[in-house]
Amino acid sequence: MASNNEQTNSHSHFPWSHVVGFGLSIVLTLLALWIGFYSGFSLTTIMVIVVGLALVQATIQLLMFMHITESEDSTVQVGTILYAVFIAVAVVAGTIWVMSFGMHYM
Amino acid sequence: MRLDEFFVTGDPLIYGADVSIALTLIGAIFALTYFKKWKWLWSEWLTTVDHKKLGIMYIIAAVLMLFRGGVDAMLMRAQLTVPDAGFLDAKHYNEIFTTHGTIMIIFMAMPFLIGLINVVVPLQIGARDVAYPFLNAVSFWTFFMGAMLFNISFVIGGSPSAGWTSYVPLAGLELSPGVGQNYYLLGLQIAGIGTLLTGINFLVTILKMRVPSMKLMQMPIFTWSSLITMVIIIFAFPVLTVALALMTFDRLFGSHFFTMMDGGMPMLWANLFWIWGHPEVYIVILPAFGMFSEIISTFARKTIFGYKAMVYSMVIIAGLSFLVWVHHFFTMGAGGAVNSFFSITTMLIAVPTGVKIFNWLFTLYKGRIRFTTAMLWALAFIPNFVIGGVTGVMLAMAAADYQYHNTYFLVAHFHYVLISGTVYACFAGLYFWYPKMFNHRLNERLGKWSFWIFVAGFNLCFFPMYFLGLAGMPRRVYTYGVADGWMSMNVLATFGGLLMGIGFLILVYNIYYSFRYSPRETTGDPWDARTLEWSTPAPVPHYNFAHLPEAKGHDAFWIMKEEIKQGKKPEKKPYKPIHMPSYSGVPVVMSVFFFIAGFGMVFSWNWMSILGLIGVLATMVIRSFDYDKGFYVSVEEIEEHEKTT
Repeated sequence: MASNNEQTNSHSHFPWSHVVGFGLSIVLTLLALWIGFYSGFSLTTIMVIVVGLALVQATIQLLMFMHITESEDSTVQVGTILYAVFIAVAVVAGTIWVMSFGMHYM
Repeated sequence: MRLDEFFVTGDPLIYGADVSIALTLIGAIFALTYFKKWKWLWSEWLTTVDHKKLGIMYIIAAVLMLFRGGVDAMLMRAQLTVPDAGFLDAKHYNEIFTTHGTIMIIFMAMPFLIGLINVVVPLQIGARDVAYPFLNAVSFWTFFMGAMLFNISFVIGGSPSAGWTSYVPLAGLELSPGVGQNYYLLGLQIAGIGTLLTGINFLVTILKMRVPSMKLMQMPIFTWSSLITMVIIIFAFPVLTVALALMTFDRLFGSHFFTMMDGGMPMLWANLFWIWGHPEVYIVILPAFGMFSEIISTFARKTIFGYKAMVYSMVIIAGLSFLVWVHHFFTMGAGGAVNSFFSITTMLIAVPTGVKIFNWLFTLYKGRIRFTTAMLWALAFIPNFVIGGVTGVMLAMAAADYQYHNTYFLVAHFHYVLISGTVYACFAGLYFWYPKMFNHRLNERLGKWSFWIFVAGFNLCFFPMYFLGLAGMPRRVYTYGVADGWMSMNVLATFGGLLMGIGFLILVYNIYYSFRYSPRETTGDPWDARTLEWSTPAPVPHYNFAHLPEAKGHDAFWIMKEEIKQGKKPEKKPYKPIHMPSYSGVPVVMSVFFFIAGFGMVFSWNWMSILGLIGVLATMVIRSFDYDKGFYVSVEEIEEHEKTT
């Protein structure tokens, strides 16, 4: 049910932040690809830069598409972010831990 | 590509399927034309954004998929009944268990549950539709087109045959060179869009669209379980999306994420698959838990025992479900520390599940139980699910798992949890909410026949498999020898499978029979139930509630009924115009373009996939410039509706 008319107000202007966010996401992704393929940095440097770019892009997503600054209820926001961080850490760190077996024992 | 490579040839079973598909299509087109129903189909169903109609379409699609997956299962049982059977060859058998697993999980269990969630949850929280009705239609149609794309594989191009888990390197380009695996990747990818959108849609719906008087801790348990499920969907499905995309890159564009050579990590696929896959099993079980809670509470005529414990245990399950995925591949040999950790988390997750079992038992305790068909399914769920759960804890012990892994013991375990959990819940929920959807009940006598035959068949089919597993029969073998000594239990299992098939057919007949002969409902509350969806009249008007209901606590409708019994007169308030969303043809057209793009990618026909993607983009642009703000249901129309019901 598209019940209230508030939406009309927030949609009346041109969605600059979305366009800028979209452009930045593409640029950052291409940049990461370029660094991975052509920069010639050492593996560690590449990893650090790519992870850094990923964090920047995550921030852009949260700010420009996911309206993180627009809510009145901050506890829900904090809770969601904490849960998301928990899942992200569990998945990424867990994967590295699980998949490292080959490196250690082979 | 030659035509005989495009169509699957050489197998009489496939030719039979070709003929039946062609006949069904011709029949459907003929019937629609003869009865002049094309316009009705388009304007009432294909373009609908009404959550009730979308829910019904989800359920119809899921029942069709249950039939398809069930036929697959029957073919497998037929092949395994006797040793050295020549009914199916190895390749065909592999294809069938792959499509059986994928269809049952992705295209049967989830849509069936999401269908019931679609119908019930907005009504339970006193909403007139979901938060994003247009998106809801996109969800359904992308799911449907993804499912169709996956399903045509067996007549066009060939089915995937690497198992529903599609482990690489078997699913990689070298060992699965045909297009079958591409169908798997693209079909799941397109359907996954729909699931993710459903997750976001219902999360927002439940949080933002409740009647203002309903607090979080007063929501019905089914709504709670749906909320938690949506959270899991939102966090788990992106992992599947990424994993599928990476494997698609590997197969179509020559990348090396999961290959054996050039630095790929084949086991990373298994890892990513189960990071999604384990939360996925909770996605298909939590709504089932929610339905059983509603049904048991209604037919025991008691409020649910331990409401808060129910809610918190689901929250804990949601958190833990992301910490157990390695138990699906203990035998990969990740080392003692890893296996111990995931062994313990797996056992931990059994604790909140156990809490829920006790809550259901205590809800039954001293209840005045009515043995309706829906209640019978719920009651059969408890002992059967406990068998599945306990054997699950056996599998959770990493050291013991080395014995059980990849045997029929595992097959028996997950069928015990998925069938007696999810499938029983789908049937129970169908019987329970059927009058809300179709304005008549399913016949109880046929329902009970179907119930007893199916449950007996289920136990006969899968209980022997535990012992087959302990006797060493590996899963996914297409045949076995006489000397293995597995025949007697396989015969039992096949017999049980037949009974399950008969139970399903009786259910289908019941749908037809009840449509013809069941008396139409006169009230919206056939079961003397407790939650707000039953406060709507029969049939439910398209705007759901003429007045938004008031929730004065848990079991809001029960409280209303008690107040009326105590002599409180419902006050007559004047109606106001109701704002509703307009129907739109964009979702179905967009999804057809997704289908075209997917089909093109399956065969690496770039012109076709680019054409499809341009179509998708074009429909998105059309949607972006669509300024339709919906319409108002006039007071006269509401009065007309409310008079007749």
